Amino acid sequence: MTIVPALDLFVAGVVLVVAVWTVAVRNTSSAVVGFVAYGLLLALVWVRLGAPDVALTEAAIGSGLTGALLIGAAARLRAGESTVAAERPGVPVRLLIAALATVVAAAIAGVLLSLPDPAPTLAPEATANAGATGLGNPITNVLMAFRAMDTMLEKVVLLLAVLGIWSLSPDAAWGGRPHLPHRAEPDAALEFLARVLTPVGVVLGIAVLWVSADHPGGAFQGATILAAMWLLVLMAGLGEVPDIGRRRLRLALVVGPAVFLTIGLGGLVVSGAFLSYPQGFAKPLILAIEFAMILTVATTLGLLVAGPPVAGPPAAGSAAAGSPARRAAP
Amino acid sequence: MSVLLDLVTIVMVSAGMVFFLAGTVGLLRFPDTLTRLHALTKADNIGLGLVVIGLVPQAGSLRDGLKLLCVWLLVLLASATVSQLVAQAARREGDSS
Repeated sequence: MTIVPALDLFVAGVVLVVAVWTVAVRNTSSAVVGFVAYGLLLALVWVRLGAPDVALTEAAIGSGLTGALLIGAAARLRAGESTVAAERPGVPVRLLIAALATVVAAAIAGVLLSLPDPAPTLAPEATANAGATGLGNPITNVLMAFRAMDTMLEKVVLLLAVLGIWSLSPDAAWGGRPHLPHRAEPDAALEFLARVLTPVGVVLGIAVLWVSADHPGGAFQGATILAAMWLLVLMAGLGEVPDIGRRRLRLALVVGPAVFLTIGLGGLVVSGAFLSYPQGFAKPLILAIEFAMILTVATTLGLLVAGPPVAGPPAAGSAAAGSPARRAAP
Repeated sequence: MSVLLDLVTIVMVSAGMVFFLAGTVGLLRFPDTLTRLHALTKADNIGLGLVVIGLVPQAGSLRDGLKLLCVWLLVLLASATVSQLVAQAARREGDSS
């Protein structure tokens, strides 16, 4: 049995090495690659800690989606990277940074080491009340019933993130479409992948939501898979990002929080508390929320990667302005 | 019977590991992008395939076994496409320099 702890230690060590490398490496693109690898290894750590739900989230969002966002950011920053890299802060500033970083790390380590043993936990209560909703996965219970308020506000925050990105659009492009950096010439291999993988991915994304009632999974993880499939189709040039002014797009963006709020307010009327589900109807209501949510979250995540609109109507002529791939091409 | 299945697992997973090792050595040692990709696909495709075949006898049910095979097929699809894309990008960069 000694091989299992040894493997755990090895994985933990590799996570640390990749983390340090990601911070230390000078090249932005390499750092992004390091970050994605770090996220995948971290997902492995969560699996070993017995938290498959967290592992799924880490792999899908922490590594996959954030990785896509960072790749886009790195591509946009590439032009100015050499000048930024040449600028080095003076010794006092660097000493200050080192001191502050040490203080933060020491504070976190201090808090972690002074935690009571066993750590305070609400897990027994969550497990004891699992029967209240008719769902078998305690994580889904916590996210959708016991702490539903947090989950709802999370989705609203995502919406605010989209608004923040859209607010970066130039006046002329408002209401227009974002431009994903896909290549100018059609690519047979990518198109093939988009055609073959997308149906599989859509089924998988919905399945990840569906099984979350009793098994690891959830609306967020499923939505990330759906968003990835949408982005794959867009990047392969098989579709266009819709105009951000489109009513149907706006509807998809708000339907999740809207259904959540409606059911929550309904709980106020029927059961006397905001976001409480009436006895016996918890499971169908939670499923309704989650299916509305998966649409909203998938759309939101896709739009986060797509970035701000760069062109109003197609005739505006600046369609390639925000496309790093095209700019980098010879 | 179960000893035989375990033996299949040990042999197949070990063979898969050999391909992963060879692929990694190739990735580190080969001189340019195209040959490195060539090494990498061996690890992705055959290495993972052998590991999956080795793990199928250990799967608790038919469904789990099929899931393992699906993982392999999806990785095949993704890695083949990514290799194409990386190779194209490498060739474009080679042309322009």
